[in-house]
Amino acid sequence: MKALCWQGVNELSVEQVPDPAILNAQDAIVKVTASTTCGSDLHLLGGYIPAMRAGDVIGHEFIGEIVDVGPEVNRHRVGDRVVVCSIIGCGRCWACRHDEWSLCENSNPKPGVTDLMWGGTTAGIFGYSHAMGGFRGSHAEYIRVPFVDYNAFTVPEGIADLDALFASDAAPTGWMGAELGGVKPGDVVAVWGCGAVGQMAARAAMLLGAERVIAIDRYPERLAMTARHVGCEVIDYTSTDVTAELRERTGGRGPDVCVEAVGMEADSTGIQRVYDGIKQQLRLEQDRPIAVREAIHACRKGGSVFVLGVFAGFVDKFPLGALMNKGLTLRGAQQHGQRYIPKLLDRIAKGDLKTSYLATHTMTLDEGPKGYDMFKHKKDGCVRAVFRPWA
Amino acid sequence: MKRLIAGAAALAAAGLGAARWAASRRRVQAAAKDPLESSRWLGVTINRPPDEVAPGGHLPDPLARVDAEVRMNRAPGDRGTEIYARPREHRAGAEGVLARLRGDDPRTVVRTALRETKSLLETGDVLRSDEELGTTRPTMPGKVLDMALGRAAEGGRL
Repeated sequence: MKALCWQGVNELSVEQVPDPAILNAQDAIVKVTASTTCGSDLHLLGGYIPAMRAGDVIGHEFIGEIVDVGPEVNRHRVGDRVVVCSIIGCGRCWACRHDEWSLCENSNPKPGVTDLMWGGTTAGIFGYSHAMGGFRGSHAEYIRVPFVDYNAFTVPEGIADLDALFASDAAPTGWMGAELGGVKPGDVVAVWGCGAVGQMAARAAMLLGAERVIAIDRYPERLAMTARHVGCEVIDYTSTDVTAELRERTGGRGPDVCVEAVGMEADSTGIQRVYDGIKQQLRLEQDRPIAVREAIHACRKGGSVFVLGVFAGFVDKFPLGALMNKGLTLRGAQQHGQRYIPKLLDRIAKGDLKTSYLATHTMTLDEGPKGYDMFKHKKDGCVRAVFRPWA
Repeated sequence: MKRLIAGAAALAAAGLGAARWAASRRRVQAAAKDPLESSRWLGVTINRPPDEVAPGGHLPDPLARVDAEVRMNRAPGDRGTEIYARPREHRAGAEGVLARLRGDDPRTVVRTALRETKSLLETGDVLRSDEELGTTRPTMPGKVLDMALGRAAEGGRL
């Protein structure tokens, strides 16, 4: 079959690879009908995530049709149109039973890597390095889905593919940031990053009752898209002092909840970008935490900061003093998607949550390398490139 | 004002001198090696009650097949069962290092058995990676990574 493979830093190619197979009795094979780029893929592309090998199939946010099931699959059958969570959960360990699916204890067959890096083992993820289990990604004609009864969700009739697609990752990730960040009616919420996840976090904050939501980015087309489709306020950080602006818009307090949806390759206009860029290139720090620092400084005393952006290792100049003395709550997680996907599909069906507009560019799988080039460099206003392997 | 500055400078200089003196007196200590490393219990928590983990006192496979001391107790907070094991055989020094490199270190064997036992009891299966249907091609960095990943399935705190 055809698949989009990582070949080295900033190098992708479409290759013929062996078809996937049922390896465990609870697996299914899904024919991928749509699979989208994600900002976290850029960390793989840039070589910031260890344990990638030449030839690895990438992609983790997808929908498709089940074409084969293992003998112990009970809740799905061949022909089901499903959206699959990017995080693989077993559904029965303590973490999964408590809706903390990205902490699953049985879905990563290579637990030693994350244990060494982080002092604990986390869930497997599709197409996200051998540290996350060595599972193939979804930018392919077919994909194996382990523990399919727990990780695939039937898409109700009436929801189009491009609406359901983002229920795989962007929508539940954004929802989790707002919900676990503690957004409640009347709150002022600031979201760093107007990519798909940031926009979904902003929309989730509004649906959870936030009185004001303010999203921050530097790309005019993303700011305009967020204002138009999410309906929140926006700040362009290239022309504004974000902390001062937030203070001015919140009676001097700062936002109640700050959601960081940027990750380890954060940018800025100030000296921090140069400082962190040099340290990252010299491997003196692994991740650039520029947006996290700003969120902690901007947050109101006693407020909450949620880190949604992907980080892999160590950061420098972390404002622990501000965190401690302002009495902030800091949380983060990979998405616990299985907890949110059914209710998000309901909201999509009702029209509360719109997602298909995020798919700014739809193309064939053969155009994968071009799609990532557009996505990485934000060419032609690209927010998400979606690949249709069977188009 | 001048006196204040001079006083502060003198205080800083005295502090710096004291710190340097203290540093010169202190020997740099090597990281402490855990004296109990080879005899510590390896533990996992299984999300099943004790009577389902070892019905009738019979140990579950694959833990039952390894040469290890085993103990278990109910986990606090309704978390199931804590199950602990440690190999009866200990390999120290160069022999231990070689065993780890070969992948037959008794502690590694016990650790893997614990992890697989947990997975079997909780899910009925041990999940396999897609790596066996390889899409990767050989590269030099890939060989180094392979060596590390070859042992990755044996690790994991759980």
